[in-house]
Amino acid sequence: MKRAYWFSMIAAVPLLTLGSLSFGDDDDDGVLKFWKKQPGIAPVINPLYKEECGSCHFAYQPGWLPEQSWRDMMSNLDSHFGDNAEVNPANHQAILDYLVNNSADKSDHRRSKKIMQSLGSLTAPQRITETGYFKHEHDEIPDSLVEKNDKVASLSHCNACHQDAEQGSFSEGNIKIPGHGKWDD
Amino acid sequence: MKRSSSLVMYTVLILSAMSVSVRGLAYGSVASDVLAGYQQSGAQPPDPERARVMWTEKYPDDNGKNTRSCASCHTENLRAAGKHVRTNKAIEPLAPSINRERLTDANKIEKWFKRNCKWTFGRECSAQEKSDFLSYILTQ
Repeated sequence: MKRAYWFSMIAAVPLLTLGSLSFGDDDDDGVLKFWKKQPGIAPVINPLYKEECGSCHFAYQPGWLPEQSWRDMMSNLDSHFGDNAEVNPANHQAILDYLVNNSADKSDHRRSKKIMQSLGSLTAPQRITETGYFKHEHDEIPDSLVEKNDKVASLSHCNACHQDAEQGSFSEGNIKIPGHGKWDD
Repeated sequence: MKRSSSLVMYTVLILSAMSVSVRGLAYGSVASDVLAGYQQSGAQPPDPERARVMWTEKYPDDNGKNTRSCASCHTENLRAAGKHVRTNKAIEPLAPSINRERLTDANKIEKWFKRNCKWTFGRECSAQEKSDFLSYILTQ
């Protein structure tokens, strides 16, 4: 019994080491698929945010934008990218608190840090697609696969291609572009 | 043995019949409370036909072209799934006959009337219009 315990402890060491290795910039999962590392961005855990914001669009993780972006966005919900997205005052405060407490500047997740590093003079971008990091990550994808692809239509529709977007994982291995297939650059 | 198993069957049947009727009552009562509220705020009895016509009437978009209607996102068939015209996000069917979750929460009814009337018509709906729409959706 004791022996088996020690054996499993010893076996776990190389597994852990392998799991935390990752190749290149775009992998969340490391070398071993079954060993899940921290996702690139903190997943959404707030049910109110999921319900109020996620019923119209992909529930973008708060870690994609800095605090001031969320503050500005929440103060303009009556004209939210051309849509009315007003929420009642109690929910408004709760959603704002969630966004602010989990914004990119406060997150230690890898992609939030990358976003923050890429902001430059943009202090409060209103679109994730405006950030340097986002642009850099998507600059090789032709229009024909996004804007001119009915099943994608816009880079704003994260989960059209990123299969595990909801879980906060945007690794290259999990990209499937509708009508095209896996993406590999 | 046989007797006890048929007893179990009866119990299951009775319980499931009860839960169906309770659910039916639940959505019926929420919607009728909301309808009663509209009448208290001055609405006449609802007219589902008026709402049916308004459902597909087109109103100006941001460019001033008449392209917007309820059907833009919900389609003309309330029993079918819709799609957010801008974000492509799937919208479950509105018809309570297909989707039992619909019209079971008064806060949600008001929230969506506010958002969607403002987007579609550029203003909030009157108690009469909401009453008409609600009665129309209930018949679907």
